[in-house]
Amino acid sequence: MSTVNPTDTHHDHHDHHHGPVTLADGVWPWMKRWIGTTNHKDLGTLYLIFSFTMLFIGGLMSLVIRAELFAPGIQFVDPGFYNEMITLHALVMIFGGVMPAFVGLANWMVPMMIGCSDLALPRVNNWGFWILPFAFTMLLGTLFVSGGAPASGWTMYPPLVMQTGNALPLMVFAIHLAGISSITGAINIVVTILNMRAPDMPLLKMPLFVWTWLITAYLLIAVMPVLAGAVTMILTDHFFGTTFFDAAGGGDPVLFQHIFWFFGHPEVYIMILPAFGIVSTIIPAFARKPLFGHDSMVYAVASIAFLSFIVWAHHMFTVGMPVSAELFFMFATMLIAVPTGVKVFNWVATMWRGSMTFETPMLFALGFVVLFTIGGFSGLMLALTPVDFQYHDSYFVVAHFHYVLVPGAIFSIIAAIYYWIPKWTGVMYNERLGQFHFWWSAIWINVLFFPQHFLGLAGMPRRIPDYAVQFTDFNMISSLGALLFFLGQFVFIYNMIMCMRGAGKKATGRVWEGARGLEWTVASPAPYHTFEQPPKIDPRELA
Amino acid sequence: MNKISILSRSGLVALGALAMSPAHAAWTLNMNEGVTDLTSKVFGLHMLIFWICVVIGIGVFGVMLYSVIVHRKSRGFEASHFHESTVVEIAWTVVPFIILIAVAIPAAGTLLQIEDSSNPDMTIRVTGHQWLWEYDYVDANVHFFSRLDRDSDNARRLNSGIDPNTVDNYLRNVDNPMVVPVDTKVRLLLTASDVIHSWWVPELGGKKDAIPGYINDMWFQANKPGVYRGQCAELCGRGHAFMPIVVKVVSQSDYDAWVREQGGNPNSDSELATGQPSTNEANAQAQTSADESATAGNATEARTEDGSTNDPQAAEESIVGTGESDNEGADDAEAREAEASDDRGSPKVPDPDQEDQSSASDSEQQDGSAAAGDEMSRDALMSQGKEVYGNLCAACHQPDGSGMPAAGFPAMKGSAVATGDVGKHISQILNGKGAMPPYKGTLDDKQIAAVVTYERNAFGNDTGDVVQPSQVAAQR
Repeated sequence: MSTVNPTDTHHDHHDHHHGPVTLADGVWPWMKRWIGTTNHKDLGTLYLIFSFTMLFIGGLMSLVIRAELFAPGIQFVDPGFYNEMITLHALVMIFGGVMPAFVGLANWMVPMMIGCSDLALPRVNNWGFWILPFAFTMLLGTLFVSGGAPASGWTMYPPLVMQTGNALPLMVFAIHLAGISSITGAINIVVTILNMRAPDMPLLKMPLFVWTWLITAYLLIAVMPVLAGAVTMILTDHFFGTTFFDAAGGGDPVLFQHIFWFFGHPEVYIMILPAFGIVSTIIPAFARKPLFGHDSMVYAVASIAFLSFIVWAHHMFTVGMPVSAELFFMFATMLIAVPTGVKVFNWVATMWRGSMTFETPMLFALGFVVLFTIGGFSGLMLALTPVDFQYHDSYFVVAHFHYVLVPGAIFSIIAAIYYWIPKWTGVMYNERLGQFHFWWSAIWINVLFFPQHFLGLAGMPRRIPDYAVQFTDFNMISSLGALLFFLGQFVFIYNMIMCMRGAGKKATGRVWEGARGLEWTVASPAPYHTFEQPPKIDPRELA
Repeated sequence: MNKISILSRSGLVALGALAMSPAHAAWTLNMNEGVTDLTSKVFGLHMLIFWICVVIGIGVFGVMLYSVIVHRKSRGFEASHFHESTVVEIAWTVVPFIILIAVAIPAAGTLLQIEDSSNPDMTIRVTGHQWLWEYDYVDANVHFFSRLDRDSDNARRLNSGIDPNTVDNYLRNVDNPMVVPVDTKVRLLLTASDVIHSWWVPELGGKKDAIPGYINDMWFQANKPGVYRGQCAELCGRGHAFMPIVVKVVSQSDYDAWVREQGGNPNSDSELATGQPSTNEANAQAQTSADESATAGNATEARTEDGSTNDPQAAEESIVGTGESDNEGADDAEAREAEASDDRGSPKVPDPDQEDQSSASDSEQQDGSAAAGDEMSRDALMSQGKEVYGNLCAACHQPDGSGMPAAGFPAMKGSAVATGDVGKHISQILNGKGAMPPYKGTLDDKQIAAVVTYERNAFGNDTGDVVQPSQVAAQR
């Protein structure tokens, strides 16, 4: 950290409290601390608070969607507004919710897990975070501009996206900003992991969460510029007379889909690889047994990341590709099942003959394994091109990707927060509320998404505000599940706020009996600055 | 999960659905097996991969559950410390790989068959528009538009006050269905005029995107006469949920009769239609399949359900509605009256004179027999314009012309276009602008003249302008 000049506030708080500025020091200094902070723990907290704000907003949008779908007929919103909701719901959840949550966890945990004092580029880190509130204010602000918010789906396919009103440039710039934020975060994580590990930590001894994030960061660096390019072309098509995607001018609307999904498929893994890392950290801790096949897990993640670049067109089997391309993308997509299967088998083998306890993080991790696997099964079904012609753009797809994103990615984020919040705040969360939160969520998430498989198979297309009456029953069930799932999350928020306020049982440094890793060797709550000197690592803490 | 109880419940609901009067499909759990050889194969693949997933799932979750129950600390179970086994890891890499190959082979075979659209017996060009379908039977010279039926269209409006459960095949019914013969390889050439759409009738096969600037093809060969319903599957804007597809599969002889009613020629067999030079052999083939299906018979039922068909001109008119003037369903009585006078129930006659008579008898019907270019009276223009407006424009610009400024759909009332230069007004309807699609392909001169006249005089615009079809023709 010698290259970074400590800021003035750093000096101040070192002089006064030996800790960060708090609200007790006055509102303005407190605000200045959070705006100007370069501390990875502060930024991790900011990322997580931002992410949960966005998950809440995106969740409200999904409730608008589910309310309209509760019964056939149009009851609440105009179909145009409905399309705005599905578009913003996806953009907010993906770029505002899930991705920043994982970046927040990486901010908090990567330096503590590899034994360094902070990320390699703390100021870039600050900048990367503070772009996000502006990006999403702009994106959500499109709800109030002439022409309404973007309504073309988050996939932004031209020519439909060209019918967006004044929201178009705002959406494009918001995506640019979110992309810049992601890329800076990713670069920071790569540089930190490769350069700043404690001397006794070789790459293959890194915790799996660090490994998965390293690979995720490479994916981000590789594909976020591709998305930026795609939306920039939309911008120039709209305002500067280019015709990249306009057939009338010699362009190609399908070209956009290829570019978008070349970004979009790795993006899917950007949202799930860190989840693999989290689950691979939590299951061994509560099974009191080392992770089975650590190295094969690393290779599996790397293979998945590689394959993610050569399967993109399975999102667009129905655009009329040459049959040879369809065969290639079908085979490549099916291959992903192999490394993904290895991961699931390894998790089960880790549990096998362990000595398990079932605290809330473990419950969410186990919920992840089961429900993510169900999402993986439907993914395997979708890989079969001839059958995909039936599944494509139906509610079956909606069920599939929500299974991997909600009880997949979001369950893993929740598990991670339960797992590490005693380390962050120094107090234990309320275990009874945590258990209630898990069972409530696990039940209603299935009531919410499982019936959507049936809807899709019965022929209900996605992205429709109104449907033929034979789809009524399952939509009602699904909407009910959505509302109850959403309400249950306030239990979680309450539980976490109580921890942040320091109310609860004091946590020990180790917190969990079976927890291994450098982060557990420091006190709880973790000091504002950890590992300012590289630690001597006890081999038992290594993966 | 709880399959048995769900299945038995589905049976009960299916019984209940039979007892209900308005026709609509019962709810189902699984994919439809469809009515073509390929949909059966696809269904077989779907079930194959489904059961493979179920078996693997039972295995993995079973081991997990056993472990969760037995290997727990509260039972005093001591943790082992094994953490790798090369043999096991190779096994669970190789075994899934072999399973995948076993699935990939039949899947690839089916895919090759699906993609082989060569040697079709007939070809239909399908064009997706926001938000209706256009069908052009290239060999039989039949052409019409197919749009959400009026009952659904009334019921689907925000706060329509109409219960969708009382509407026959709500959102899955059209004014003019596609009609094809049974046991015939029908090739569809798909494209779109504005944004990407996707043509999907699950019982006839998977979907295929209709993309502006592209011509995609797909094919199906239905084995069973009947009415098959689907809808657009690619988000195409505000009306995406409201562009259904209905395909009536009938016997060859009924199909031929239908084509004649449409003013087409059932026996023409162009190179474009079949993808091969027109030969006697091809004709003979078509003839054979016609004979076969004639003996198979029993397709008349499908035909009588909705025997209404029009000649291409009438079909084109029907996309802008006949007799309906108010889309908001505010005037239920009028809507019902319009339905009663709909030509749906009236006997079908190929004779163009009688066709004109029957449409002229429709309530509030425009002077539909006036040929394009003829002078039309202001009243005729206004009444036809109101219908066109109600069916195509009101969705965005609202029935009272107030538009939806928040959503970017400008008001008609007092707008610069509707009260300014007539030429610009006509041009915008012909060519579209931004989110507004061009209508030069979907509306004829009369209809555009009528809607322009209507827009310039309704909603308090009162410009007094009367636009004649000849003016529109001059601007095309």
